[in-house]
Amino acid sequence: MPDGMNVDYDGLIPNNVDLASDARVKKALETWHPGYIDWWKDMGPDGFQEALVYLRTAVSVDPKGWAKFDYVRMPEYKWGILLAPRVEGRLIGFGSHKGEPAWQEIPGEYRGMLRRLMVIQGDTEPASVEQQRHLGKTAPSLYDMRNLFQVNVEEGRHLWAMVYLLQKYLGKDGREEAEDLLRRRSGDADTPRMLGAFNETTPDWVSFFMFTFFTDRDGKMQLEALAQSGFDPLSRTCRFMLTEEAHHMFVGETGVQRIIERTCEAMKAAGIEDPGDTARIRALGVVDLPALQRKVNLHFSLTLDLFGSEVSTNAANAYNSGVKGRYREDKLDDDHRLLDSTYPVLRCRDGAIVQEAVPALSALNMRLRDDYVADCQGGVNRWNKVMEKAGIAFRLTLPHVAFNRRIGEFSAIEADPEGRVMDAGAWAANRDRWLPTGDDNLYVTGLMRPVDTAGAYASWIAPPKVGIDNKPGHFEYVKLWDA
Amino acid sequence: MMDGLKQHLIDPEICIRCNTCEATCPIGAITHDDNNYVVDAGTCNGCMDCVAPCPTGAIDNWFQVASAFSLEEQFSWQELPPRPAGPAAVDALDAEAAALIAEAHQGAGGHARAPASASKPRVNLFNRANPAMARVSGNIRVTKSGTSSEVHHIILDFGAVAFPVLEGQSIGVVPPGVDAQGRPHAMRLYSVCSARDGERPNTNNLALTVKRVAEPRADGTLFRGVASNWLCDLALGDSVPVIGPFGATFLMPDDPDADIIMVCTGTGAAPFRGFTERRRRLASSGRGRLHLFFGARTPQELPYFGPLQRLPSALLDQELVYSRLPGAPKEYVQSRMRGRGADLAALLRRATTHLYVCGLKGLEAGVEEALAEIGAAHGLDWPMLSSAMREEGRYHVETY
Repeated sequence: MPDGMNVDYDGLIPNNVDLASDARVKKALETWHPGYIDWWKDMGPDGFQEALVYLRTAVSVDPKGWAKFDYVRMPEYKWGILLAPRVEGRLIGFGSHKGEPAWQEIPGEYRGMLRRLMVIQGDTEPASVEQQRHLGKTAPSLYDMRNLFQVNVEEGRHLWAMVYLLQKYLGKDGREEAEDLLRRRSGDADTPRMLGAFNETTPDWVSFFMFTFFTDRDGKMQLEALAQSGFDPLSRTCRFMLTEEAHHMFVGETGVQRIIERTCEAMKAAGIEDPGDTARIRALGVVDLPALQRKVNLHFSLTLDLFGSEVSTNAANAYNSGVKGRYREDKLDDDHRLLDSTYPVLRCRDGAIVQEAVPALSALNMRLRDDYVADCQGGVNRWNKVMEKAGIAFRLTLPHVAFNRRIGEFSAIEADPEGRVMDAGAWAANRDRWLPTGDDNLYVTGLMRPVDTAGAYASWIAPPKVGIDNKPGHFEYVKLWDA
Repeated sequence: MMDGLKQHLIDPEICIRCNTCEATCPIGAITHDDNNYVVDAGTCNGCMDCVAPCPTGAIDNWFQVASAFSLEEQFSWQELPPRPAGPAAVDALDAEAAALIAEAHQGAGGHARAPASASKPRVNLFNRANPAMARVSGNIRVTKSGTSSEVHHIILDFGAVAFPVLEGQSIGVVPPGVDAQGRPHAMRLYSVCSARDGERPNTNNLALTVKRVAEPRADGTLFRGVASNWLCDLALGDSVPVIGPFGATFLMPDDPDADIIMVCTGTGAAPFRGFTERRRRLASSGRGRLHLFFGARTPQELPYFGPLQRLPSALLDQELVYSRLPGAPKEYVQSRMRGRGADLAALLRRATTHLYVCGLKGLEAGVEEALAEIGAAHGLDWPMLSSAMREEGRYHVETY
């Protein structure tokens, strides 16, 4: 496969990196593979390993032959190593190495930094599979169940992607890290996953959609920043991962949108105008919009913590060294070195939220987070259009970035969703207005009853506008039993 | 029907603004503002690279318009304008190929629709200006030597080029050289006769069934078809520019419970070889069977006669019908269908049965007549049923 476009499916591990002629890495991956399959069987979707799922498998990195849809048993999914095609003559686009040829190997001085970035990225992938492993049992439709499993197998593939880079470019250290990626477990007291949001549970489908909208979107931002990397194999890996990540964004955005559609439809049919008429709305078996707002507040604020400290030397070093760029760096019009510029950052000063100009290099986490917030806002606007169109007087909003934070500038203070600073007592007294309450969780949990008839949907969610792979409404996306 | 323009549009209500299409487009035809992602009609060349990676399906809209919607109009949309009348599925963006397909599908008596469970086809990935280059990796005669019917099975290998097809789709080829008026030859369409994953599983090739056209004319001359003779004479290793794939409705249902009735003559068997091979490879536990009515002059002139003998009847119920069998009366597929009238009527009552007719023009008339008779004898209103089946993507005609 000289041009790296088509995928070699003959070996154990489908790949477009000519694994067949790289005995060392091939052996390392084949040694790792049984552990991965064991992990998938232990920690992958619980109770559905035998089901036939209508899945998309990437078969080429060429868009003309990109993916095939077919029924697959998940443990037999073709997890492979797929990198976007190499761009000849690619140059490093930013930092102190700007204009130099992109690296095909990791420069010695950046081994530690790249290792850490790849391990953190890799750790999130299996973590979300673990967090979501019980959801199949309460899927609101076979369509949604299939989308969940598609997300899961692709998160699995993203783990493979990072493991390949670790094993190929970091030798023994990389192999050890690859083993550890299978050893940690989401929420485990002794060996938790590395990032906080990936140790939270995903207890229900509303949380799942919120997670894929908000938290997977952090993954997208990180991948976009790493896709700019001067380390070319990482850049190519992330570019291909982004095409799959788009499906995860789709699942989250349309999942919440379909919940809103259903709620609006049920409210109108019942003649309910007040979105706060919780008792009557819940009697309809749909999710009330204020409860959805509280979910938004929770998932948005938890995800903001993933961006790290607003002012960060690590981020500056990663940029300056050409390892991690900004969101769509190649589309930005500036000097791509940032040595003399500043960036406005919201900071906490004497208990108040103030804006300060900070050296742009140090403010890269903040900048990525701002790009993230803008991306989220676009999705929220599209959700609001559903309510607008239905004539329901309610709009979802993103809470202030200082709300409910545990990491960074605002971890020291309490602020309400509008960004008003308050003392801990006042915040605690209002907590249930802003974050999901015990009642919310009980109610939503109560709604989570499986619907496994092809073409049928749970009471709280509307059918999708378009089927996966253009399939019609009654298509059996998951075959739970043999015919 | 191809006046105006087939404009590529993105559905703003379904799009999630993930940027995948803009990042994928090789010629920068896709752009966005804060509201929408849009396609510049002046730049888009219909290469379809953006279609498969789109996670939502929002990308795959093609409106027949008199004049193109501007970027500004598209930026302002909250939803797509009303969909113009006409078929929803796009067989081809290429006007020449679209016209050929429209003509071939006329016999069904209305806009064709794909079976509901069919996989989504990719169309128009390669055009005349930018064809996929394939190499001939097989070219064998599949009718007996010495008969007047010379049919070739030609395998085209695409190497590292992705050329995804589904069973029932066609590809376009243009014979080299120029015609009598000095213009490039017209495009010809040939049905793919292999399964979607290649002649053998996981090979990047496809096969065609091509009859060498060499017909004596009234004036005593021999008419030799330009394209078919070129194809049948190809040597191993020869390079062939391939256009397409084309066709978005004459596709097989993916439902393993679906029964498929396949009626054909001669090289009309090509798509059905693909259907059969697909089913055989799936080795499905589904309830559905294939039912083949295949007409030729003699067994020696029936393409793939040998391989057909080896297929199990549980997979394929076959009726091979001969019109020139020595010592036997002439028989045509429609008369054999009448003979199996009760079985066909039982099949047609099922909502999971799909019927396909493929062969020379005129075949559909005889088949229609037979089905009307069978219907009348078994209490089925065939004209009404055929319309309903067509609307549901269960009745397909492709004749040429």
